[in-house]
Amino acid sequence: MFDIFVLPFCAGVVALLAVSLMKYIRWINSFSKRQQITIRRNILSIKILPAIWEMFRECLLHWRITQRNLLLGYMHRSLAFGWFLLIVVGFVQALMACPGGHPFYAAIFFNYFEPRSERIVEFAHSQQIATLMDVLLLYVLSGLFLAMLKKVWSKPLGMKRTTKHNLTDRIAKFSLWCIFPLRLLAEGATSSIYGNGGFLVRWVGTVIAAIGLDSAEIEYLLWVLYSLALGTFFTLMPFTRYMHIFTEVFLIYFRKNGVIEGNKPSGYTKFELSACSRCGICIDHCPVNRELGISNTQGVYLLQTIRNKDLWHRAEQIAANCMVCDRCQVECPVGIDLATIRRQVRSEAHTAIDKPVGYNYLERVHPFNAIGRIAYFGGCMSHLTPGITSAMEQIFKAAGQPYWYMDKEQSICCGRPLLQQGLVKQAEVLRRKNRDMITRSGATMLVTSCPICYQSFVKEYQLSIKVMHHTEYIDMLLRSGKLKVKAGSERIAYHDPCELGRGCGIYQAPRDVLGSVGTLLKTKEERANSLCCGYNLGNISISTDQQQLVRDAALGNLLAPNPDTIATACPMCKRSFARANAIPVKDIAEIVADSLVQD
Amino acid sequence: MSATDFGFTISTTRIVDFDAANRQRYEELLSRVPSYKYCIACGNCTATCTAGGMTGFNIRATHLKFSRGQYEGLADELNKCMLCGKCVLVCPRGVNTRALIVNMRKLLEES
Ligand code: SF4
Ligand code: SF4
Ligand code: SF4
Ligand code: SF4
Repeated sequence: MFDIFVLPFCAGVVALLAVSLMKYIRWINSFSKRQQITIRRNILSIKILPAIWEMFRECLLHWRITQRNLLLGYMHRSLAFGWFLLIVVGFVQALMACPGGHPFYAAIFFNYFEPRSERIVEFAHSQQIATLMDVLLLYVLSGLFLAMLKKVWSKPLGMKRTTKHNLTDRIAKFSLWCIFPLRLLAEGATSSIYGNGGFLVRWVGTVIAAIGLDSAEIEYLLWVLYSLALGTFFTLMPFTRYMHIFTEVFLIYFRKNGVIEGNKPSGYTKFELSACSRCGICIDHCPVNRELGISNTQGVYLLQTIRNKDLWHRAEQIAANCMVCDRCQVECPVGIDLATIRRQVRSEAHTAIDKPVGYNYLERVHPFNAIGRIAYFGGCMSHLTPGITSAMEQIFKAAGQPYWYMDKEQSICCGRPLLQQGLVKQAEVLRRKNRDMITRSGATMLVTSCPICYQSFVKEYQLSIKVMHHTEYIDMLLRSGKLKVKAGSERIAYHDPCELGRGCGIYQAPRDVLGSVGTLLKTKEERANSLCCGYNLGNISISTDQQQLVRDAALGNLLAPNPDTIATACPMCKRSFARANAIPVKDIAEIVADSLVQD
Repeated sequence: MSATDFGFTISTTRIVDFDAANRQRYEELLSRVPSYKYCIACGNCTATCTAGGMTGFNIRATHLKFSRGQYEGLADELNKCMLCGKCVLVCPRGVNTRALIVNMRKLLEES
């Protein structure tokens, strides 16, 4: 059971396995210390079960993509799951047909060898399996049709822009697209000579005969082309975006085992980079693309540029343009940690100036004895929106909660703005100081008004006391009855700040609070889909005019249901919207303070 | 004639010699942060500055000095900034002060 035309396929498989194995081993070897320890500790843990489930769900069924758009999900699923089943059922077919064993390529070229090899015997249900194989091939072909459609008309698949690919990617894609039609034609040609195969293949065989083609002549050529297409695709695969097919499996495994990105790129980053399928889902919703037409900042291009080392300086600019709104991160079906990778790029670009030597003056800020009190951290930005901090002080007093406004006089930044620019060491100095102040004060809880600080305290500080954003805190006070408000008739549209919503997952507490003082309106793009207010501190590269364009889009969304007031929970967002002078913009704390009922 | 001690002296000269100053880095800074063109040296940024609240750090002075080519001690001064962003929000001219700081630091480092 051999013919020379199987060689391109076999060579392709060998090349694919050799190159990807080499790459993976090299990447795993360059995991950071911490990542290696995590993996070693968890390698045989029970977490493998949810990991396998997620691999199945995401790599084969493409569940997350399906949730975004049914048709797009169907396209990805039919190609991945359909091909997977085609291989599995093909092997079963070959196994049953050759009780004496068979070479591994027999399953791939089964229809060619079936009538020719004496090692292939008659087996039970052979016709049903042939039919099943045809159904599967049809399934894959339907996905292929959608993929082609997407290139010319992407709207039905829920996408405005599709990804631009480079040359190798395009050759690989072309060979991939050829594989299945060639397979169908080759099997059809064989069928028209020997009459084997299922309904589809036979029908193609009849058509070939009907249009007067000489099957005996073209059959061999078609099988050669099929094998060549497979061989080309497999050989190119490790050098193209299709590497994501296997890489995502590993990525899911590592992630489920608790591996996370570090401050510096490592082998794990390599896995993330190559797990990107370049589906392009991250492009459409990016505000920098939508409002400013900058379409190279999004995950897909950032990762592509990083992979291409020669373009490093461009990766820097690309990363600088981003607003760090995290929209692409929640959209990405592969769940790539785009924010951290972006920060790594910025960090590399700023290594020379990341010198934590200028903060000696912080020694003059002394800890305060606040045992048993709540530490309130307004944040730098709240100093420019004194309405928020005074509302919070009013609320603390009304609820009878002893508090310590820790950054009232001498404020120390939480460090996140530095971190967002990749100035890791500098940020650490500020964090150390704040952590020390909080720990030594003896405070029982930390409440902050700024979502940027909040995210920083929650994710970067490892404090031993509870940290709450003021929206959560007010919600808690209302629920426990310590704070009483009167319900009004104000119609309120709430803006989810990026850092609070997508950043920390807090969507409900602010809504509950607003619901108890007024009528909360629904907006079109809210919660995880909320639009960036344009003033995110994560960007130091776009201009004020550009910020305003981004802001106006978010404002339009908020004004659509005709509210009396725009509510937000972030001093930056408040400033941003307030500058547009459209309607009153208030922080939740201010709205609550205005509706307090004193007993 | 012997010098008389009045208990004060005339202040040292504050003349800025633009012929001696190398303005190349300033030009580069302008190309990286175009909004700096609009700075009117009003000092709002300094007035609100978080670091300035605790030290003598004067952000307006640093970029003014940079633009005049007076680099002495500038890098050390700029290290005090926490990049908190208050200065950006108060600038009446839309100057991207944080970009200014990061790029001044980079330019000083590059030379
Ligand atoms: S980063 Fe995620 S969303 Fe963007 S192209 Fe890659 S896989 Fe798709
Ligand atoms: S974080 Fe926001 S601004 Fe940055 S690339 Fe993603 S969607 Fe665009
Ligand atoms: S606030 Fe703006 S215009 Fe005023 S000095 Fe600072 S940068 Fe210049
Ligand atoms: S970013 Fe720097 S210069 Fe601006 S206010 Fe904050 S500490 Fe001061």
